[in-house]
Amino acid sequence: MNVHEYQAKSLFRSFGVAVPEGRLATTPAEAAQAARALGAPVVVVKAQVHAGGRGKAGGVKLARSAAEAKQVASEILGMTLVSHQTGPEGKLVRKVYVEAGCDIERELYLAILLDRATEKFAVIASTEGGMDIEEVAARTPEKILTLHVDPNAGLHDFHVRRVAAALSLGGEAAKRLAGFLGGLYRLFVEKDASLVEINPLVVTKGGELLALDGKLNFDDNALYRHADVRELRDPEEEDPRERAAKEIDLAYVGLDGDIGCMVNGAGLAMATLDMIQVCGGRPANFLDAGGGADKEKVKEAFKLILRDEKVRAILVNIFGGIVRCDLIAEGVVAAAQELGVGVPLVVRLQGTNAPEGRAILAGSGLDITPAETLREAGERAVAAARGARA
Amino acid sequence: MAILCDKRTKLLVQGLGRMGQFHARLSRDYHTQVVAGVHPGKGGQVVDGLPVFETVREAVAETGADATVIFVPPPGAADAILEAADAGLRLAVCITEGIPVLDMARAKAELRGSPMRLVGPNCPGVVTPEQCRIGIMPAQITRPGPVGVVSRSGTLTYEAVDQLSRLGIGQSTCVGIGGDPVVGTSFVDALRLFEEDPATKAVVMIGEIGGSAEETAAEFVKQHMSKPVVAFIAGQNAPPGKRMGHAGAIISGGKGRAADKMAALEAAGVPVSRSPAEIGETLAKHAGSILGDGVN
Repeated sequence: MNVHEYQAKSLFRSFGVAVPEGRLATTPAEAAQAARALGAPVVVVKAQVHAGGRGKAGGVKLARSAAEAKQVASEILGMTLVSHQTGPEGKLVRKVYVEAGCDIERELYLAILLDRATEKFAVIASTEGGMDIEEVAARTPEKILTLHVDPNAGLHDFHVRRVAAALSLGGEAAKRLAGFLGGLYRLFVEKDASLVEINPLVVTKGGELLALDGKLNFDDNALYRHADVRELRDPEEEDPRERAAKEIDLAYVGLDGDIGCMVNGAGLAMATLDMIQVCGGRPANFLDAGGGADKEKVKEAFKLILRDEKVRAILVNIFGGIVRCDLIAEGVVAAAQELGVGVPLVVRLQGTNAPEGRAILAGSGLDITPAETLREAGERAVAAARGARA
Repeated sequence: MAILCDKRTKLLVQGLGRMGQFHARLSRDYHTQVVAGVHPGKGGQVVDGLPVFETVREAVAETGADATVIFVPPPGAADAILEAADAGLRLAVCITEGIPVLDMARAKAELRGSPMRLVGPNCPGVVTPEQCRIGIMPAQITRPGPVGVVSRSGTLTYEAVDQLSRLGIGQSTCVGIGGDPVVGTSFVDALRLFEEDPATKAVVMIGEIGGSAEETAAEFVKQHMSKPVVAFIAGQNAPPGKRMGHAGAIISGGKGRAADKMAALEAAGVPVSRSPAEIGETLAKHAGSILGDGVN
């Protein structure tokens, strides 16, 4: 789960990680008020959307007065922000964060995440702040320090000293780093974060360390034990279909093709997308109906797939292990009858009770194209979508 | 012979909820010695013919169990894994989906040095055809034979096993290692077991996007495997930054792409099937000759 910068910074503050003073605003008038309250000679007005690259996209602007803050906020609020992370459709800006400006001496980078290869936490630090860390890793990997922290032993003092050395922080700044990194680590562990990234971490002319930007992701599997984190969810930032899928416990990812897919199991669902592509077609979505798929779930899944107007054909691919194919077939028939699917339907049932399932489809009187193998399923779905397009 | 489990395996079931009970019965109906259940609060009861114990230690002492399958819900699953290790079991297979990654990272660190092998979590389990079924796989699609199958997925494993069985190619053991970012048994661990297993002549490996376990496996195959390995990688067209169902199936920071994994495997001499429909055929083409009378 992602959160906004202003929410991340509020959590940073409560864990003793220093951030600039700031206020949230949803109207230009509120932005002016926020600028006045901050009383800083320069404020920064920042679009709050779940995507990086906001600066280049025109979503971050400076203002030297309350009037100017009002003016730039009116430009940013309501804009559709398009960056390399939003996709071409962009994101509507509904909120801005107004923050006191600071005198920047240096821009650094600091992050904590789980390193899957070592199964330890990785603290990543670099002197090249304010840039895309992947670019830094590709161009100047020697400027990145990666430390591994045992999740049971935790962060040691020497870890902090190594980070300070890598960032050329001495004296007071090194002491401040201890509090800063310690707080960040506690936040990461106590709130079950999956990523905390500060880019840039700035050293001010006065020698302070401040998190100028902050990205915070949480482990979805751990949300059950963090009511406070769950509260931070912003449904407006989520794809409406992905959100609807989550509510009924289905995994859905929208894609840009025209063949709707319903599959049980994540691996087979990914492989089904691959199959469609191998056959020369393009999938409209990833949808894992899960191990507990039954009649109702199948109906809901169809509704979700049909919300996408690009869909020209639907491929149902079920390999029954725990899932019974006869129950899936009943769901497909019910959905086709009640929802009036309106596009060609290709159904492949394999595994537990597959013959019973196929008999239900064949006896329904509905125009359903059966498929025996995965290849056949792919070929027939692609042909069906082509026919519907023609 | 096989890896991980065979007809001598004595299996416990931790977590006798609806799913635990259902699959305990299916395993028992499929050649497996299911000897007891462990379910705090239900100790002393007999559930569906299985004696139930409060702790794993008691169950082991009474039954001589050497393996366990874990169906405990996410909040208690890591604890259940550690309890199994503490009781001296040889093998724990954790089916539970949705365990917080922090819990797994900590449990995995604590297991370092323990003789217990963990498979999973978020996996379909392990089947040695006609000998032992641990987990939730539909064992009836398997048939005994010389090919080891190892996969991060559930239903895609069934698809691959089905393709092999239809070609008349049987399996030594099928292992689902799980779709989470932190799992007990990696591809390398499973490949090493298959390499050492005399009953296994070739291996099918099914990876997916996310992480770098396939790249590490490619290196291992190149350095240490004498047996042929073929592979398929799911998610060749997955968009970056999106979690494709499994917690671990995500391309992030430009890492974990299918294309990179396929290139690494091919560079290590592992043929990779482009099409998910040709996993079985790829194996038959590249290893058919050495499977000998295992193929009919």
